[in-house]
Order: sequence, then C-alpha cells, then structure tokens
Amino acid sequence: MLRSLKLPFLSFLGLIAVGLVLEFGFSAFIQITALFVLVNMIMAMSLNLVNGTSGQFSLGHAGFMAIGAYVGAYLSQHWALFPEGLTALNFFVYTLLGGSLAAVFGFLVGQPSLRLKGDYLAIVTLGFGEIIRVALLNMDFLGGARGIHGIPTVPDGFGLSRFMAQYLFGSFWVILCFFFLWRLVHSNQGRGFLSVREDEIAAESMGVNTTAVKVRAFVVSAFFAGVAGVLSAYFVRYINPSSFGFLRSVDAVIMVVLGGMGSFTGSIVAAILITIMPELLRTVQQVTGVDLRMLIYALALVLVMILRPQGIFGSKELRDFWRKK
Amino acid sequence: MQDFVQHLVNGLSLGSIYALIALGYTMVYGILQMINFAHSDVYMVGAFAAYYAAKWLGIENQPGLMSLATLLVVSMVACALLGLTIERLAYRPLRKAPKLNILITAIGVSLFLQYAGQLVFGADPKVFPEVMPDITFFQWGDLSLRSSDFTVLIVALLAMVGLHFLIHHTKIGRAMRAVSQNSSVAAMLGVNPDRIVAMTFVVGSSLAGVGSVLVGMKYPKIEPLMGMMIGLKAFVAAVLGGIGSIPGAVLGGLLMGLSEEMVVAYLSSTYRDALAFGILIVILLLKPAGLLGRYQVEKV
Repeated sequence: MLRSLKLPFLSFLGLIAVGLVLEFGFSAFIQITALFVLVNMIMAMSLNLVNGTSGQFSLGHAGFMAIGAYVGAYLSQHWALFPEGLTALNFFVYTLLGGSLAAVFGFLVGQPSLRLKGDYLAIVTLGFGEIIRVALLNMDFLGGARGIHGIPTVPDGFGLSRFMAQYLFGSFWVILCFFFLWRLVHSNQGRGFLSVREDEIAAESMGVNTTAVKVRAFVVSAFFAGVAGVLSAYFVRYINPSSFGFLRSVDAVIMVVLGGMGSFTGSIVAAILITIMPELLRTVQQVTGVDLRMLIYALALVLVMILRPQGIFGSKELRDFWRKK
Repeated sequence: MQDFVQHLVNGLSLGSIYALIALGYTMVYGILQMINFAHSDVYMVGAFAAYYAAKWLGIENQPGLMSLATLLVVSMVACALLGLTIERLAYRPLRKAPKLNILITAIGVSLFLQYAGQLVFGADPKVFPEVMPDITFFQWGDLSLRSSDFTVLIVALLAMVGLHFLIHHTKIGRAMRAVSQNSSVAAMLGVNPDRIVAMTFVVGSSLAGVGSVLVGMKYPKIEPLMGMMIGLKAFVAAVLGGIGSIPGAVLGGLLMGLSEEMVVAYLSSTYRDALAFGILIVILLLKPAGLLGRYQVEKV
C-alpha cells in the first residue's frame, strides 16, 4: 500500500516545488497560465484514454467539461456539506460530484454512440457536445447565455496564498488522474482497451465485449473531463456556455495527437506546450501587429500530421526513453 | 395553409442549398472515405470571392442574370482551385495514413482557413451584393413567392442535373464511380486514382461555390465563420441521405432544410442548431447507413 503511493507522493512533491517557484518568482499572469496547464493536463489525459488507448474518437469532450464546470459552480454557490472551517473539503466533494455527473452523461452518450466507428463517432460526439452547449444556453436557472459569475474558489489559509491553494488543489487532481489512468491502462481492463484499439474483430472473437469496454473507457474519460471542467470553473471563476464550444474539444484533441496517441506522459508534455505556446506567440504578435497565433496553431496541426503523424512521443511513455533496451 | 406553403417554399430553397454543399461531402466521402471538414470553409471562401469580384467588376448594384452568372463562375473557379490546393498539399501526403490522422488534418485545414479568413477578409460581417432583382412573382395573402427563392431552386436544380450528367454520362464520371467502388482495380484498368480524386475535389468544391452565391443571395451577410454551422448541417444532410450516395445527399439536404424551417416556424428557433444533431443521432442509431446508403459488412 505504502509502496504504491510512493511515486504519486514524490510527483506531488515535485509539482509543489514547481508551484513554489511560480509563487515567488513569477507574475500573476504566468501563475494563471500554470493553472490552465493543470486543467489542460487532465483534459488531455482523459481524452487520451478514449482517443489514444482505446482507439475511438471523441470530438465532444468540451461538453463533459461543461457539465462538470456547471455542477461545480452551481453546487459551490448553493450547497455545502462540511461546515465553516472545513470548506476546503467541500471543494473536493463538488469536484467528485461534477465528475460523476459528467460520467453519467458519458454513459448515456457512450452507450448508443460507441457502436459507431471512426468518423461517425467523431461527428456524433461533436453533436452531443453541441447539444449540451445549446441546452445550457436555454437553461435560465444556470444563467443561460450570461453564464455563472462570482464562483467561489478554493479557500486559502494555513499561510497559503490564493494561487498556492488553487495550484495545490489542481495538482492533487492531476496526480490522481495520472496514476488512476496509468494503473487502469496497465491492468486487466487496460488490456481490453488496447485490444479494442489494435483489432476490434480479433478482440471480439477472443471474448472481449467491445462495446462494454469502449463505454467503460468513455465513462472514465468523461469523469476526468468533468473534473477538468470543475477545476476550470474554480480557477477562472466565471463560466458561460460558449467557453465550452467546439474549439475546446479540438484543443484537447490537438494535445493528444501532438503528445502521441496512447502516451500519457506525452499528453502532459503536449498540454504544457499547447497552453504555453499561444502565450509565447503573443510576443510574435506584438512584432507583426496581426494575430497570427491561431493561424500558426492550425498550420502546426497539419504539419505534425504530415511530418510526424505519431506525435512527439508516439505510443512511448517518458520512462521508455531512459530504460535500457 | 398559406403559411404552410410559404414555409414549404422556404424550406425547399434552404434545403437545396444544404443539398449542394452536402454533395461535396458525399462525393469526397464516397471516393476517399474521409470527412472533408474543410469543405465548409471552401464554401466560405467562395462567398468572399464572389463578394470581392462583384466589387471589383462594379456589378454590386446591377442585379440581373448576367451578374448572377458571373458571380457563380467566379465563385466556382475560386472554390475549385482552393479545393484542388487543399487536396494536393494536405490530403494527398496522407493518402495511406490512418483515418484518424486524415480527420485531424482536415480539422486543421478547416481551422487554418477560418483564421486566415478572419485575417484577410476581416472578422466583421460584410453585406453580399444584390445578385437578382427582388421581384414578388405571386402574392396570395401571406404567401409570396419571391425571385430569390425561385433563383435558388432553379440554379440548384441545374447544378444537380449537371452533376448527374457528369457522373453518369461522361468518361470522367465513369472513372469516378470506378474509383469509389474499388480504387486499386480502377488503377489496374488504367484510371489514375490521384487525378480522379483531384477531379472529385474540383467538382465538389465548385458545387460549394454555387451554394455560397445562393446563400449570399438569400441571407446577404457573410463572415469568415459562416461555414461552420451550415457545413455541419450539410454534413448531417449527407449522412441522413446515406453518405457516399449522390441522390441521398440531395434527399437529405431537402429533408434537413424542410425540417429546420418547420421547427423554427412551429416550435422554437433556439433549438434549430440542436435539431440537426438530434436528427443525426437518431439516424445513426436507427439506420446507420442513411436513407439511401448501402450497408457495408466489415470483413477481416
């Protein structure tokens, strides 16, 4: 038990060290970017389980993110499980619930649509993502198009600044997400995911219930997408339906593809790159005077596909690079 | 009753526009089994090409058949060239790549065109020139049949008849059908698949060009992101009719246009965008091959 917690604990310490550096050495702008990096890491890893490990294609993960974000935002304003003084614990409960509702929707969406393949699946998930967004637009008790603002955030205390509190909260979920998914993929279940990706017909003939396996991957993935949504609601403290549009889903897909399909450490590296790159390109924009960021972004996507279709890491993980062959 | 007929006419003219764009999706899918996400942005570029051509030629305020024909030709040529370029530069290097990579490339090209459009044309909406004089042919209570609806229907019909002729009565059309059935056998029999694929992109894209001028005439506000929604709906129309099937795309387009018009008229306009996806999901669950599509059995 203790041994299996060693690595997660060490990586959490590592993230804390990075957080301390950010806390004392960098501006608020860089700090908020760091929080987005955490959100995107979870988003990329969760999508990687579906798009990379299981070989399916979801283009609607922003919808699950939206569900998580709205649940998290709504609950934090209207309901508290723990009394004053333990409010920090509430946020863990909200996050769990946000992820759970997203997972329920993941099941409802996945059950019928995962019988489809490839392009069709992509379009249907895109459609579900859009339907969730349109439905949120029409729900008045959730603010409709105005969204929800003034969302409470993770409380500071114990001498922690607000950034540090948010950062620790985010890091906790990143670690949880990574090790949960990692162990899932390297378990009996995970072999099922991989077998579906490699050859669905062969897997089926070996007795794998392919639809059930795909739905399972989808539900877990939707859960973590929901968690990412809750985190983004607490970090930005303002959400509206248009922040979870099609482009948000595409962003996540780009991270998975760039990092290498099926590589979780690849997803993490890509999430860092993709979140930071537009901010770095801001300086380019000041030189040229026009906003070339999204253009470069789109062009990079096409070029990666043509020149290095397997992404940065391919299906390798970070540790494969220093392991002896 | 008059209301209903009016909605019917509106729905049909909207539907025939969807059909024109859906044809581009279905043709490319039929031949390459890929969703050309960039098709909707090719359509957007067509609208802007017509807009600038009208300005440049000074025919913005001279509605008439001549202007219509000129703008149609300009937009078709622009779209065809763009479609050809995209195919050559982005899709051809990936011909043998996994499907997922091709899909992602298509999304990338689509995003590229959208942002390039915002950069080159500006993000603010522009007013499309008047192409046909606005005449009311027929008035009966609330029902009025206007020249724009007629033009849309007639031009769309002509384009579809032209496409039918091209595919069923010419050598290149026969080659297209051959490549879509079995590309390697077609290659063995002396058809160059690469050329035929390029031809398909040219034909599909120029139909999008026709569609863009018709949309510009009916809803004269154009902007760089105009392709996204209409593209998705046209794609749904193609799936509804059975993707890969040309009559299916036309049928699907008309059904989409009619149902959208009816939902907006009799239910609520806020749900018009969700409707398309609702239809799509129902169709894929009940009859995944679409109304006129063939169901393909997967083999090992």
